[in-house]
Amino acid sequence: MPVIDTPVTLTPTDAGLSDAEVHRIRNDFPILGTEVNGRPLIYLDSGATSQNPVSVLEAEQEFYEQRNAAVHRGSHSLAVDATDAYEDARAAVARFIGARPDELVWTSNATEGINLVAYAMSNASLGRGGEAARRFALGPGDRIVVTEMEHHANLIPWQELAARTGAELRFIPVADDGTLRLEEAAAVITPATKLVAFSHASNVLGTINPVAELVRLAQGVGAFTLLDACQSVPHLPVDVKALDVDFLVFSGHKMLGPTGIGALYGRRELLDALPPFLTGGSMITTVTMERAEYLPSPNRFEAGTQRISQAIALGAAANYLAETGMQRIEDWEATLGERLVRGLGAVEGIRVLGPDAGVPRIGLASFDVDGVHAHDVGQFLDDKGIAVRVGHHCAQPLHRRLGLTATTRASTYLYTTTDEVDAFLDAVALVRPFFGAHR
Amino acid sequence: MSTGLEQLYQQIILDHARARHGSPLREYDGAGRVGESHQLNPVCGDEITLRAGLADGAVDTVSWDGAGCAISMASASVLTDLVQGLPRDEVIALVDNFREVMRSRGRIEADEEALGDAAAFSGVSRFPARVKCAMLAWVALEESLLAANA
Repeated sequence: MPVIDTPVTLTPTDAGLSDAEVHRIRNDFPILGTEVNGRPLIYLDSGATSQNPVSVLEAEQEFYEQRNAAVHRGSHSLAVDATDAYEDARAAVARFIGARPDELVWTSNATEGINLVAYAMSNASLGRGGEAARRFALGPGDRIVVTEMEHHANLIPWQELAARTGAELRFIPVADDGTLRLEEAAAVITPATKLVAFSHASNVLGTINPVAELVRLAQGVGAFTLLDACQSVPHLPVDVKALDVDFLVFSGHKMLGPTGIGALYGRRELLDALPPFLTGGSMITTVTMERAEYLPSPNRFEAGTQRISQAIALGAAANYLAETGMQRIEDWEATLGERLVRGLGAVEGIRVLGPDAGVPRIGLASFDVDGVHAHDVGQFLDDKGIAVRVGHHCAQPLHRRLGLTATTRASTYLYTTTDEVDAFLDAVALVRPFFGAHR
Repeated sequence: MSTGLEQLYQQIILDHARARHGSPLREYDGAGRVGESHQLNPVCGDEITLRAGLADGAVDTVSWDGAGCAISMASASVLTDLVQGLPRDEVIALVDNFREVMRSRGRIEADEEALGDAAAFSGVSRFPARVKCAMLAWVALEESLLAANA
């Protein structure tokens, strides 16, 4: 029995995605056929969480119906089956990002992955992990660098780490056009810098950041790099070795998988030198009443009973995306993103954040509607069956930098049609007249 | 247009959202005591700073600064018109009444006699995510009166 069923409706091809192909893909997603407020659902909130294809839902159900057992312990057949399925899923997700299976640590989500690295460095700063972990230690005089466009998940763990260790936290500023001010990055990333943590693609602006340039600057001063890939791994081809980052995190639920599962990639030699964060069962070799020896990565970071069914379902999601083709998905979303930006730009009173039309962006657009609060925009669109995200998108400093408190975001995925984007644009054009903001 | 949206955004709400009676915030120049409260809805960033004066047991002035959605701003505007000159106890009862309607998920019909223009917010109670928006100014008033009494 195959451990993970590959989707049967998709045939790998080099041809780009088209509306016809996207309609075929949509048949794999039961929720996309539902209605909201009496209207067919137009789901433009995949940047927050994506929907699940049948193959993912079935992988999770099949596990519970046929293989459910604790992994990495017990010698009965079911436990062996469960462990195989669980490790196959790790291999599938690792392969999906160009990593080795032992370089992929399961986490609850990207937030936990970042906290894992932050707390492991914190523990190293307290002397845990011995000589091998000293390279991760931080103290007064050391520096952590992030960017001004970070999601709170890639900001607050570093604020806390800086507060615990006495290191200072600095950031690379954002320019008015929503790109990083690279000319200032070189001044911020000094020899005192121990870590540079930044997002691959902005969840608000859609900007794709110059990873190679920032990695070069970080490596030039001997700093570690951590890439928040929440908005890139689901939407474009990602190869961790080509990116040459030290750590990378992403969340399963943004890439067709279930909630409660994500992953941390780390270079093997770094993961093996990093002291553990969560400790307990399943991550040890020898335990006495006084002390414990730890397993190598990835198990040393996976204490306690793991998210087995979620990991297996995430494996199915990675396979679904790989079968569809990440390059095709990236190209399709680039088309949709461009359509969003051009369409929104043509509506009076709308300010689109981030790069101008024609500049590469992932398939999302955040915007401000003059005279109408984002919450009201979202409510108006919801009435038409259109689901968007409103608020600060967990990026308050970025919004403050842009002079805004809340914006509306439409985000697409491989199952979004051009008709849906057009229906959204038509609805947006009615917002200011409805609220009397056009006078 | 579906009825849901029109129930939520009644014309009187859209009008008040733009007119914003009581805004901006003013220095208190009455003869009584003044209290102030700042309220923030962390979900959407809606914010209000409200100042209420209390003289001879009655609310003599209300003024506020705010940034937020049409529901929260209209609610503050309607509230300002409604409570100026009312005895403190009546205002407290009004806030309780309004809160009860807002939390009813559409089950309690607003008493127009008591709530006046604020009855227009009845529709909000069917949108649980927006109840906090409607309540923001009312909570700020409640706290301002407590502060004025302290």
